[in-house]
Amino acid sequence: MTVRLLAEAFDPWREIVHHQEAQSALAGKFGATTVFVGTLRDFNQDRAVRAMTLEHYAPMTQKHLERVAAEASSRWPIADLLVIHRYGELSPNDPIVCVAVWAERREAAFAACRYVIDELKTRAPFWKQEQTPQGRRWVAPEPKAE
Amino acid sequence: MSITVRFFASVRERVGKEREAIDCAGISNVADVWRQSTRVAMPDNLLAAINMEYARPDQPVRDGDEVAFFPPVTGGAP
Repeated sequence: MTVRLLAEAFDPWREIVHHQEAQSALAGKFGATTVFVGTLRDFNQDRAVRAMTLEHYAPMTQKHLERVAAEASSRWPIADLLVIHRYGELSPNDPIVCVAVWAERREAAFAACRYVIDELKTRAPFWKQEQTPQGRRWVAPEPKAE
Repeated sequence: MSITVRFFASVRERVGKEREAIDCAGISNVADVWRQSTRVAMPDNLLAAINMEYARPDQPVRDGDEVAFFPPVTGGAP
């Protein structure tokens, strides 16, 4: 289980390949891999978005992301889990977050991946500030998904 | 004998400071820390943490604690 916070742009697909190759214990042990990648759009709530700053409370973010990942590992039979979350300055098309789960079977892989992305949105202390043509604005939380 | 107070995002901008240390005399809970540090009413949607764990306004604080105040979180992605 790995949780990383990155200040610089990253390629989630490359990170997933690297992670899988580095975890030699995984080889032959998983039959399903699920991946969620969240990417910055160039629009939000009827405004163009030129850039975004993602502020966070560093040690608390790490702690809570690790806790969410540990919860997923204990709730479902999964072989491994990778969470990478950006902070700092982002441009449209930059990946914001990546969650990858390796499991013996797809039900656990899908469920754990969904759990991690849904939980981190409401528990990890991140705040988005968008730069729009009308100026900077803090993004309000979205209503909780049904 | 002090409590470290930290502010993030729009709350930091509203109170005009990022971090400070306050004397813990007369302070018993999270709401007291907010009052002592900001001198303004607590916003309705304010979140708080003690030593990086989410905390309610009536939760007790102790000497040496780090108390953080911030708006609802907006991490992740759609």
